[in-house]
Amino acid sequence: MEILVCVKRVPDTAENEISVSSAGNDIERGDLVYSVNEWDNYAVEEAIQIVDRVGGNVTVVAVGDDESEEILRREMAMGANDGLLLKDGAFDGSDGKGTASILKAAVGKGKYDLILTGAQAEAGAAQVGGMLAAMLDYPYASLVNKVEVIDDKKLKVGREIEGGNQEINEIELPCVLSIQTGINEPRYVGIRGIRKVASVEIPVMGASDLGLGADSVGAAGAKVKRVDYFVPEMGAGAEMLEGSTEEIIDKLVELLKAKGGLK
Amino acid sequence: MGTFLLSVFALLVPVAGIALFVYIVARRLAPLFRAAPDFRFDNIGKRLFGLYEYPHHRMPRPGYELSGYIHITTIICLGVLSLQVITLLLQGISPSFSLPFLDKGLIADGYRMISDLALTVLLGATLLALYRRVVLKPERYDVPERYGKNKTFPDAVLSLGLLAGLAVLDIVYIASGWRVDVYAGADTHILIPFTGTWITASVFSLFSPTANQVVHVLSFMLLIVLIFGFVCYLPFGRFFHLVTGPPNVFFKKIKKGSVKPVKWGITDDKLDELESFGVKKFEDFTWKHMLDFYTCTDCGRCSDNCPATTVGRPLSPRFISIKGRNYAFSHYPLKGSFIQNEPLMGDVFHDDEIWSCTTCGACEEECPVTIEYIDKIVDLRRGMVDDGNVPQSLQKPLSAIEKRGNPWGKMEKKRGEWTKDLPEDCSVKLFEAGDTAETLYFVDSITSYDDRMISIAKATAKLLCAGGADFGILGKDEKDSGNEVRRFGEEMLFQDLKNHNTEMILESGVKQIVTADPHALNTLKNDYAGLPPVEHISQFLARKIKNGDISLKSVEKPEAVYTYHDPCYLGRHNEIYDAPRDVLDAIPGLRRVEMAKSRDRSFCCSGGGLMLFYEPEEEERMGVLRVKMAAEAGATVMVTACPFCLVNMEDAIKIAGLEGKLEAIDLAELVERHLDK
Repeated sequence: MEILVCVKRVPDTAENEISVSSAGNDIERGDLVYSVNEWDNYAVEEAIQIVDRVGGNVTVVAVGDDESEEILRREMAMGANDGLLLKDGAFDGSDGKGTASILKAAVGKGKYDLILTGAQAEAGAAQVGGMLAAMLDYPYASLVNKVEVIDDKKLKVGREIEGGNQEINEIELPCVLSIQTGINEPRYVGIRGIRKVASVEIPVMGASDLGLGADSVGAAGAKVKRVDYFVPEMGAGAEMLEGSTEEIIDKLVELLKAKGGLK
Repeated sequence: MGTFLLSVFALLVPVAGIALFVYIVARRLAPLFRAAPDFRFDNIGKRLFGLYEYPHHRMPRPGYELSGYIHITTIICLGVLSLQVITLLLQGISPSFSLPFLDKGLIADGYRMISDLALTVLLGATLLALYRRVVLKPERYDVPERYGKNKTFPDAVLSLGLLAGLAVLDIVYIASGWRVDVYAGADTHILIPFTGTWITASVFSLFSPTANQVVHVLSFMLLIVLIFGFVCYLPFGRFFHLVTGPPNVFFKKIKKGSVKPVKWGITDDKLDELESFGVKKFEDFTWKHMLDFYTCTDCGRCSDNCPATTVGRPLSPRFISIKGRNYAFSHYPLKGSFIQNEPLMGDVFHDDEIWSCTTCGACEEECPVTIEYIDKIVDLRRGMVDDGNVPQSLQKPLSAIEKRGNPWGKMEKKRGEWTKDLPEDCSVKLFEAGDTAETLYFVDSITSYDDRMISIAKATAKLLCAGGADFGILGKDEKDSGNEVRRFGEEMLFQDLKNHNTEMILESGVKQIVTADPHALNTLKNDYAGLPPVEHISQFLARKIKNGDISLKSVEKPEAVYTYHDPCYLGRHNEIYDAPRDVLDAIPGLRRVEMAKSRDRSFCCSGGGLMLFYEPEEEERMGVLRVKMAAEAGATVMVTACPFCLVNMEDAIKIAGLEGKLEAIDLAELVERHLDK
């Protein structure tokens, strides 16, 4: 099975202190460390496991700049066979639809039976997977937490639904799935693994390679524009506990006791 | 004719016996020749001395005195009797044979008297050992159900039975021979009253000379068959340690606290060229580690002291060895082809088993035949890391260390923030800002960032100031020391941390390094190379108190009872036991008690570094057991000298419900409070 997994380089939420930039339309990016979007990492692990079971090939693709190469290598160290970087100045400032258009064009350049995306990335929009499926006219399942290959035409996919219930669907290939965390336990990628793939050539494709007009993607093609970015003001009834972790915990326990939440 | 046949028999049995033994041992050693290299030929003098020194230090450790002294006695007796057995075997072939000085005369008679005594003592010791096995049944010999059938018990009884049988037969052989000599009017040695030989010879005086002669010949024939039967049985079970024990002790690990290189003979800068890392299949173990498997006596002392076993984690060091030996026996059988290169993880060893180890070293401290466990565990983990098989709970901190140099992913620039509210008379220099100083205080991650542990950093800085040290810190240029990164098998990340820290330390131009974190101490001292000398703050304090640079005032809480908990990486791995105790005892009026398990028997707090992140399967927390031990000793204050111990103890006190009865404090914090300014 030929699988394409779309991955994104994002600021690592666990390892950064995130604050809104002074311009107010982004976060402060000076001291950030980046890694692969967590959901995408689960998607790559799932793709590798599928190929381990039924054979085939895993390609990881990222829309980004030169630095996105680092996360492609990390996923290749994990076991993805090929990488593909979609890079062009014209891609900058793409909205979700723009990103989906770029990916759609890349899908057209290959022959893939299955396309996986993470359920969402750091912005929490969870839109690219669905749009990509629509543009390709492929069937789509979101928030997938189980994949079973029936044959080369069909998959059985599990989805987590409201209230912790599980539903199982059959879906025809080729299709797009957005992968939920917890579907597997992604393997560890050590420094050694990354070094092993350090010199592997990763092909790069730009707008012209993909046959995309400069005005259909990037800032020029974006129909959604972020206009503001801020930490909401504290409403009535909200209280921020301050102090050391211990002090915060003590205050919280006290509050819970006072309001009858803890006996 | 009869004598001739006897000589032929006496020749054939040893030849056949030796041939069979050599064949069996050659098959047993076959995997060692397919194993990874291991460099054990340095320090020959030290190693030879170890053969003498080791048994009487290790064997009768407290709690194991009986079995220890049975062993020492047996070794001495077997040593004495070896000459008698050699003589006996060769006399079978040529009756006039004798070893130099042992034919006739004072020395010969003296030796015969001593060996009579040795035989009796050997028989007594063996029967006592059998009594322990069969009647007393020490708990540590039990085999938990999940490890299958108890094969040790029948093996032990059979081996000990054979040894007792040998002693009895030898007594019969000597006593009947002595009787024959007496009847023939030849010179004989004096029998020491109440020895086995004396009793048997007394009984044999009831029988005729011919009867004694017949008994003498028959006992000889049976004896040599049994001797070689016994020798050939050794490689089938735990008695193999009679053969492999001495070489295993000779080849023991010399450098405490260190971890073996990924592959002996491959320098750190060549690691990238290795195809595979760590132990994935049996043949990836080093030959010495395979010898360890064969040498295991199944005595259970390791697991008896293992904190992971004690709290019900799925690890028992004893069965690491037993499973390794069973693997060798079944995959390198005595006949038929060898089964090679099968994966170990999942079939022989299990993930949780291998991640359960805190590398505290209690097992190795206890093993009477110097079996190594930490290096094997680390090698197995290296194999798992190389295959990407790392628990999710450990992946986050490892990736944070890779990116930010600390397991919580905190910002590098905040690493030195703890210094900001130090008093004005104690300023900490910052090498990242271009300062220079004599001494580097290596803070390490937890003490730099943790809300609670920065109090150790502040106390340490104040103590260094009080002791007049000219010191600084690396600040954002310091990364995690990597002690656990290495011990959790992520060697390449460790190499990066080591190279970075080494470069920064050398660049700072310091003459010495001091730390309050034993894990940092251990890795800087034993894993890094080319650094200035490293010491723990307790050593600095002991010295400064002794020479009067630091004086301490009377204990704040005269009613309190203090106890000191030895951190594994300060105590067992670096043998610093006395300095922290001396420092405590220098506080006037401080009352101190020892816990039952202290010094090299200290009980691990639950583990430090990455172990804080690992979520083990266990019935109880190690820390909880440990704080209960402190309470049992009558202590109200538990002093430790490691930030990880402090984290675990403070948690454990709450869980154990000992709040208000017991508190935990770091040595540096306690001493800082008693500075007499």
